Amino acid sequence: MTDAATVEATRADVCAAALADCFRADGEILANPIGNLPLIGGRLAKATFGPQLIMTDGEAQLVENVMPVGIEGAERVVSNWNPYRRMFDLLWSGRRHVIMGASQIDRFGNQNFAFIGDPAKPKAQLLGMRGAPGNTINHRTSYWIPNHSPRVFVERVDVVSGVGNDRAATLGPAGRFHELVHVVTNLAVLDFETPDRSMRLRSVHPGVTVDDVIAATGFDLVVPGAVPESRVPNAEELGLLRTIDPTDLRNAEVPV
Amino acid sequence: MPAPDKRVTIDEIVGEIRDGMTIGIGGWGSRRKPMALVRALLRSPVKDLTVVSYGGPDVGLLCRAGKVRHTVCAFVSLDSIALEPHFRNARQSGQVTNTEMDEGMMLLGLQAAAWRVPFLPSRVGLGSDVTGLDPELRTVTSPYDDGEELLAVPAIELDVALIHMNRGDVGGSGQYLGPDPYFDDLFCGAAKRRFMSVERIVETEKLLELGPPQSLLVSRLMVDGVVETPHGAHFTSCAPDYERDEEFQAEYAATARSDEAWDGFRAKYLDVDEAAYQEAVR
Repeated sequence: MTDAATVEATRADVCAAALADCFRADGEILANPIGNLPLIGGRLAKATFGPQLIMTDGEAQLVENVMPVGIEGAERVVSNWNPYRRMFDLLWSGRRHVIMGASQIDRFGNQNFAFIGDPAKPKAQLLGMRGAPGNTINHRTSYWIPNHSPRVFVERVDVVSGVGNDRAATLGPAGRFHELVHVVTNLAVLDFETPDRSMRLRSVHPGVTVDDVIAATGFDLVVPGAVPESRVPNAEELGLLRTIDPTDLRNAEVPV
Repeated sequence: MPAPDKRVTIDEIVGEIRDGMTIGIGGWGSRRKPMALVRALLRSPVKDLTVVSYGGPDVGLLCRAGKVRHTVCAFVSLDSIALEPHFRNARQSGQVTNTEMDEGMMLLGLQAAAWRVPFLPSRVGLGSDVTGLDPELRTVTSPYDDGEELLAVPAIELDVALIHMNRGDVGGSGQYLGPDPYFDDLFCGAAKRRFMSVERIVETEKLLELGPPQSLLVSRLMVDGVVETPHGAHFTSCAPDYERDEEFQAEYAATARSDEAWDGFRAKYLDVDEAAYQEAVR
């Protein structure tokens, strides 16, 4: 069974399982992954170890069933009204774990997706701050980076939208709800389980070497003596992934 | 006693907007934007506006037409097109500056203005460059035993608010029938002058036939003028009356690639009045 699954699982499947595992330690919260692969991972979490997790329908409702990703008009079992204003109530209450993207991220998990360059005349206007400052200061946050490269993993981000561990540590009690969990990429899983809460290589995806990850990271990553391979989803999970992602968005996003 | 009749024309609304004013625009991204009012503003000589918005094509259009000096936005997005291309150009050319804002922080700023308090305390923004980039922002220390230091999110006071609702009455009561009220009531609360366009003006007696009491988001106490603009949120969504016009939005987004494309779009859709616009997009 395990061998068959190993053969069958794609890199995107491994990423989906790693994204699901971001929610492993969460209780009854809103699992709010943003983007196709994070959504697929989040819904895999709900379909397996996390039935207590609640998710959005992508608009203004919270749903109880595991909806397929990318299917317009998919059936939804709605249990709550969640327009934007109530989303802020929820996230300021702390009962949420978000997975966001990042255009840049540094060793302490300071994240930027707002803009690149001069604030008065940016070289590239990106998303803006969106909800990143409020998310990171109020509840658990993970990141999904489908293009692990030195352009993204940088020594210093141009502007901080999502708050990193070093900055949160200076805030006193106001920083007490800040918690960065995992950074999942197309190559590896990273975490912050180090004495100074800087980024550490947690596992490498099958087919990726530690040196590959080091070469794709623009700062000195903490690399333990032995780095395990990322978990490969089992046959049940692979079956669920086909149901959750019937149009194969995941392999389009990470085509390895 | 009948409610006051606050019906106005689009041009009367735009006539109240002066150079340099701070205007707030309701909706979110490319959803339920008062586009007929925005289009009228594009045709006016007004300039140097500060625009506060959960930004979508309202912000992009006003920037492209040279109406805007400064924006207060946590994002400017067309939803199905993640980055508003005209806003990007305006920012990248240095034409427009932006107050970098967290989405929730904007809610607090509008709420503070609506409640007539100078600020609301929050953790939101602390540690991020929302505070790093804005030297005006101050923190406040809790006067209670916890002593926590919080950001004093300043009130965002608006000269004018522009919003679009599904239904309304002549007195300015407004009803949304879609899934999300966004923050349109707060935009009105934060503004000195408040104008609402609606898909359809109906008799007050009809409002509760159309939706439950909680759909009556906007009180006439918060509205100075109301105008019926059928299809007036086009090309943004106005559920359940209509969805976003994705094809038209893509055509609009493509005009960011060249001046020629923009000029053609402008001549066809923007240098004409609302009736001609609606005819052109039908």
